Amino acid sequence: MIMKRLLLSAAALALSTGLAHAQFTDGKVKIGVLTDLSGTYSDLAGQGAIVAAQMAIEDFGGKINGQPIELISADHQNKADIASGIARKWYENEGVDAIAELVTTAAAVAVREVAREKGKIDLNSGAASTPLTNDKCSPTGFHWTYDTYAMAVGTGDAVVKSGGKTWFFLTADYAFGHNLQAQTERVVLANGGTVKGSVKHPFPNADFSSFLLQAQASGAQIIGLANAGADTINAIKQAKEFGIVAGGQKLAGLLVFITDVNSLGLDIAQGMVLTTGFYWDMDDGTRAFSKRFAERMKGKMPSMVQAGVYSQVTHYLKAAAAAKTDEGIKVADKMRELPIQDFFAKNGKIRADGRMVHDMYLAQVKAPSESKGPWDYYKVLRTIPGDEAFQPLSMSTCPLVKK
Amino acid sequence: MTSANPAIAQSGGLTPQRILVFGLLALGLIAPFGVYPIFLMKGFCFALFAAAFNLLLGYVGLLSFGHAMFFGFSAYVTAHAAKEWGLTPEIAILLGVATATVLGAVTGWLAIRRSGIYFAMVTLAFSQMMYFVAVQAPFTHGEDGIQGVPRGHLLGLIDLNDTLTMYYFVFAVLVASLLFLHRIVNSPFGQVLKAIRDNEPRAISLGYEVDRYKLLAFTLSAALAGLAGSVKSLVFQLASLTDVHWHASGEVVLMTLLGGVGTVFGPSAGAFLVVAIQDYFSGIGSWVTIIQGAIFVVCVLLFRSGIVGVMAPMLKRRGIQA
Repeated sequence: MIMKRLLLSAAALALSTGLAHAQFTDGKVKIGVLTDLSGTYSDLAGQGAIVAAQMAIEDFGGKINGQPIELISADHQNKADIASGIARKWYENEGVDAIAELVTTAAAVAVREVAREKGKIDLNSGAASTPLTNDKCSPTGFHWTYDTYAMAVGTGDAVVKSGGKTWFFLTADYAFGHNLQAQTERVVLANGGTVKGSVKHPFPNADFSSFLLQAQASGAQIIGLANAGADTINAIKQAKEFGIVAGGQKLAGLLVFITDVNSLGLDIAQGMVLTTGFYWDMDDGTRAFSKRFAERMKGKMPSMVQAGVYSQVTHYLKAAAAAKTDEGIKVADKMRELPIQDFFAKNGKIRADGRMVHDMYLAQVKAPSESKGPWDYYKVLRTIPGDEAFQPLSMSTCPLVKK
Repeated sequence: MTSANPAIAQSGGLTPQRILVFGLLALGLIAPFGVYPIFLMKGFCFALFAAAFNLLLGYVGLLSFGHAMFFGFSAYVTAHAAKEWGLTPEIAILLGVATATVLGAVTGWLAIRRSGIYFAMVTLAFSQMMYFVAVQAPFTHGEDGIQGVPRGHLLGLIDLNDTLTMYYFVFAVLVASLLFLHRIVNSPFGQVLKAIRDNEPRAISLGYEVDRYKLLAFTLSAALAGLAGSVKSLVFQLASLTDVHWHASGEVVLMTLLGGVGTVFGPSAGAFLVVAIQDYFSGIGSWVTIIQGAIFVVCVLLFRSGIVGVMAPMLKRRGIQA
């Protein structure tokens, strides 16, 4: 008797949990934010990305042609298998129409494969690698905030031109790190610099001592950090402890976010040159958004990834409203058709390969004496026009680009 | 609790044991219409992995801390064979299983010379070696893994891209493997394994070549763990470092202990519990590991011999072998 009851209740439980998930995608638009909520990149994307998406939905009115907009979020822990599992479940089973943010190239590429197969939208803000708009491009996939090409054009170029001719790379050992190193090397060589060597470190990594000693021994003027987030922070802090900067070598963070500068503190970060797609203190529009964002994030200003999530979600919703559907391909076509005009991107446009082209900024971290208050960190040195910042379509290996 | 009950096994008609087995089979057949099939397939893959691990821990008493190398490496081989060489899924899976078997035979041959904590450490060391091979070897694509693996057509005929077809294929693999394990455990060979587990010197004194039995059990366990990894790489169309990482070795220990060591259905129950926690709580981020830990603590306090292990005596009174 007990056995029977047990089996019955088990079966009922299995069925009830199943039914709760089987819903129609019609009648609502659902956006998923898939990001790193616990690891290396949780500061620059993470909770802030979810808040940015929430703000975008609220600012849009919470409804699209009378249908409610829903938000769902999850932690992919920077792992490709977890990301693809969640993406599959969201697209197939939970009626998610678009997945946003997607920091970490390995996770982003995994989601891209699923999204392409299902004909659903993926909106990249956090992942950096250029393959997302080259051989991995998709008719429903978009790359929003920045990429490694733009980083190299900005930071790499500026550092070589200011006299940093010999380079050694400290590279995160996965697709993103390799890609960032390759893009930067190209710029260094094109400007007459030389590359003395490189070393790959595991991702994520806490102890950089042996890698930094190799970099020190190379005698290169510039140690290029082809990594991101907590890895960059750790490498910079440990390089200071080893006296590398005091010994005359310079560190070039090839991908530095404002949240990293905040963690490092201006004492350590001052003088660093970096490339960014967004800075909160540019004009009234960026300040207004960032102030509202900071109110919800205990005073933290948005990183470019988080601001990019707001922009991409808003643009997706606009396109879905204009196309009057949540069908992937149709919304994607509409997204390419409409220009992007918000505080994040002035006259942004989406190309055939899914790249959103907008202006980037070359900035330098202020010295503590120059900073007037919390989060007053950057001096913008130069605006890099979108067409210069991003890889020209003529170089693209994306099959969607007609040549 | 694990020895076969010949009176039941031989009697015809509907015994409670058969009702339970057929009930579970029927549940497995209708489950994909109620529950998300990919989740169930993930559960099946880990159930098979845990069952393979249980053969070693539950019946030979050897705690391997390196089973991820079989699970993860066969996943890589299958994914590579299916994607780069364009082989059909059954050949790709066979290649994966063959790799795991060879790996199991070699590492097992070296590891069984030690027992207890030393055995666990030796297997862990091999597993870490294979992990770094997976990190560095070009064909595994490092941190990205092998992505977009085609599921292909089984025997060139049956299209596995259909989720339901894939589900029944994975279900069939699991059922066949559990039957196979049940057969091994209840064979004379299985009796010798249990004798070795309970009293190794006595088994030696009775004239059994203990090392050969241990090696065979280790290799069989590795092969089945490899089968689980191979199938998983086709289900998720992905082979990644997660499956070769020592976390996977630890997870399978957790699953087996939660479910019940040395029971037929225990590892499956444990696997489903752990997979369900990871899947349904993934929205809350880093709290997942804390919840997982809390559940483990509760289980250790309340069901010391695992969920099925505690239920087994109750079931046995009704003539059911768990």
